[in-house]
Amino acid sequence: MAASSDRIPPPFPDTEEPGVCDMADGDRDEGEDIFVICSNPVAVSRGVSQPDNVNEQPPDLFREDEEEEASSATAKYNGVHSDDDSDLFAEAQVEPSTDKVGSSARKELSTSSGPPPSSSVTQSPAAMQPSSSLQQLEEEEDEDIFDVDVAVTNPEKIGDGMTAYVAYKVSTRTSLAMFRSKAFSVRRRYSDFLGLYEKLSVKQSLQGCIIPPPPEKSVVGMTKVKVGMDDPSSVEFVERRRAALERYLQRVVSHPSLLQDPDVRDFLERDELPRAVSTQALSGAGFLKMINKASDAVNKMTIKMNESDTWFEDKFQEVENEEQQLRKLQVVVDSLVSHRKELCGSTAVFAKSMAMLGNSEDNTALSRALSQLAEVEDKMEQLHQEQAASDFFIFAELLADYIRLLGAMRGCFDQRVRAWQRWQEAQSTLQKKREVEAKLLWANKPEKLQQAKDEITEWESRVTQYERDFDRIGMTVRKEVLRFEKEKAKDFKGQIVKYLDAMLQSQQRLVKFWEAFLPEAKAIA
Amino acid sequence: MMEEVKEVTSTLSVHGHNIKVTEVLKDGDTLTFLIVSQKLSGTGEHHVDRTYDDFEWLQQLLFSQEDEPGIQGVIFPSLPAKASANPSAKVMKQLGFLGLGEWQLYCKVLERYLRQVAAHSILSKNKAVEIFLTSSEPPGRQRARKNLFNRLSQAVEERRKEGYKRFLDVVQSEQKIAVACAHFSASLHLCVEPGEDPDKQAFSKACVQLSEVFDSIKKNMTSVAENDMNTLGLGLDLESRCQEAEKEMLFRRTCKLVELEAARRNAEKAKPLKKAAMEEAKKTAEIEFNDICVVAKQEVHRFRAARVKMLQHTLVQWCEKQLLTAKESADQFNQQLQAFRGIAP
Repeated sequence: MAASSDRIPPPFPDTEEPGVCDMADGDRDEGEDIFVICSNPVAVSRGVSQPDNVNEQPPDLFREDEEEEASSATAKYNGVHSDDDSDLFAEAQVEPSTDKVGSSARKELSTSSGPPPSSSVTQSPAAMQPSSSLQQLEEEEDEDIFDVDVAVTNPEKIGDGMTAYVAYKVSTRTSLAMFRSKAFSVRRRYSDFLGLYEKLSVKQSLQGCIIPPPPEKSVVGMTKVKVGMDDPSSVEFVERRRAALERYLQRVVSHPSLLQDPDVRDFLERDELPRAVSTQALSGAGFLKMINKASDAVNKMTIKMNESDTWFEDKFQEVENEEQQLRKLQVVVDSLVSHRKELCGSTAVFAKSMAMLGNSEDNTALSRALSQLAEVEDKMEQLHQEQAASDFFIFAELLADYIRLLGAMRGCFDQRVRAWQRWQEAQSTLQKKREVEAKLLWANKPEKLQQAKDEITEWESRVTQYERDFDRIGMTVRKEVLRFEKEKAKDFKGQIVKYLDAMLQSQQRLVKFWEAFLPEAKAIA
Repeated sequence: MMEEVKEVTSTLSVHGHNIKVTEVLKDGDTLTFLIVSQKLSGTGEHHVDRTYDDFEWLQQLLFSQEDEPGIQGVIFPSLPAKASANPSAKVMKQLGFLGLGEWQLYCKVLERYLRQVAAHSILSKNKAVEIFLTSSEPPGRQRARKNLFNRLSQAVEERRKEGYKRFLDVVQSEQKIAVACAHFSASLHLCVEPGEDPDKQAFSKACVQLSEVFDSIKKNMTSVAENDMNTLGLGLDLESRCQEAEKEMLFRRTCKLVELEAARRNAEKAKPLKKAAMEEAKKTAEIEFNDICVVAKQEVHRFRAARVKMLQHTLVQWCEKQLLTAKESADQFNQQLQAFRGIAP
């Protein structure tokens, strides 16, 4: 056992971080492959622990060992083994007692200030200190390639009138064995996406995962689309939503634990999904609001969590601050976008007035000059239009996404607090049961005594379990936060590069315009 | 100290084509302009300072050259509206482009006015011009009689051309974008997070770099707006002024024609007692009208040519400046992109 836990899995042969995953917008591709090959380095799904192993051993003493075992055994593969395992896994997932998520990551990182590694005999070098095991975590995340690409394309309006909706094509390409084929696509509507989110939230939020939220419902936007899909604002709305849904799905599949969820697979694979009716009343944002309200209520409860690890407190504060800052940035970007659009508009109007002037001018030279001026301005308007779109899609949406994600992250922290409270409550219940037992002993009522003993046993195991849950959530949250920060840095960088590229290209086009116009201007007189 | 300037015998002692309005000084509410002109003899320069009122004095005197035959056929260079150090919103609106920035465009328009006056074969001969450009004393402030010419200046501002207004909108949008970019750039600095964590550092670095990118974008936009203003904006301003000036001249000519028609009828209908006098009047009117037509024809011809040339020059300048700015920005973005990519993934 010791030997096996000493092993650190060798890096995969072709593991490199190629950088930004670039999902081209489906609509713009014109026949090109909608996927751009890339890989999202993501943590190995350590999920398929051998639940049998776990349950055999008594929880306390060999906790470290079982984790090492699980980690070294499972760290070798990429994704899910096979369908059998995944089914096993699927069942295991529903039970909160399974050490599914973060099992291998729990290398002394939990908040329990347990005894120093007395069982150091069996401890692998990887579990030495929190910092190095965190590092280990990061290294492992870097090393593994993860191969699922999704794209959301082809928005199509189905039906007419107020019952109309927009269906999107969701295409998946993967080499993972857990899917039925390598490439497939289905049609989904917005409420399906929302339904997926809700299912995931219910299941995963207990574990402390950050569930990426989908774009919000918009009654105004959708009504316009239902009425007619032709005007530019509807087109923009649909495009915005399509892009947001794509990013949503990409985030879901790039999350190792979420990808394992059968609901996610169903969403990607199944031809027909049952209509998610509950989403009609509850929008994504509404759900989030619910979580937030609940978490506020939790916070206001009299019991303040006894935080033995300041990491969580600090992080929570950071998250709140960051959310504020991003909101400020969002305001600025919105004003930038609106000014760009304004510039578009005024350029177009100017171009028209110059064209008119050119037409009404009798002097041919002047007339030509003015007409050419009108043309140049027309081209500029195009350019401005694209720049505005670029500003918008690249930055405004990025900021909006991250604000939503930070909200989800706060939800995670709250889940942890709730887990702690559950544990505390169980402890106090256990205490009460013990008091009852003591009283019964005193009063000498043997019949009831057995029942009391049974209850104590039951609650003892509950306490243990809740404590484990709490620790585990703590671990998951830590891991999630790490992962989030990594993704965030990468995401932002990627978007910035994209933006710079777009700016560079439009400047180069501008240079070409001016170079073409110069000889024409000189030739006027 | 004003001399009578009814004689039109003098010629200008300075070069007309390189008159410069080099500076504008604020003195309370008044703006004073420094005008530099080169002596024809090559022995140096004249430096004078003038206020807007001095310009108006000059304009009035130019208008009132009644002895000059066909003076009414002249297309007069037009003055912009009066600007003060702290202009009201109404004045700013009147000024349009000229009000944006620190009066550089305004100075340019005044400069062009002086150059046009100095280059005009008839107008440059007026002694007032010489006094205006060379006298160290400020010229007198007396107002000439109100006449037909006074309608000229203010009317231009009110009847702004569509194209001009639209371009003003464009330039103002560009300026707003520049401001928004600066704002974004500053806000990004607030997102910089301290900490050892490599991801945090990566993110902070990205924010700083993005901030620099938006700084460049701001600079680019500012240049673009400036180029727009200084070339095409100015050009459109002058163009609209020119069109009005031509219209004014044609209007005067038409008025003269109406007068002539009236004189002709009077002469026909006149009773024998008044006949000679009416005939005299008719002849005078005819001569005046013909003079005007002669001058007008020349003026229109010269004017049209000048307009085309000016517009062409404007467009070429605009194009060249924007091309330069675009190239510089492209280089800048390229550099920043390389730097960005160069940093670890």
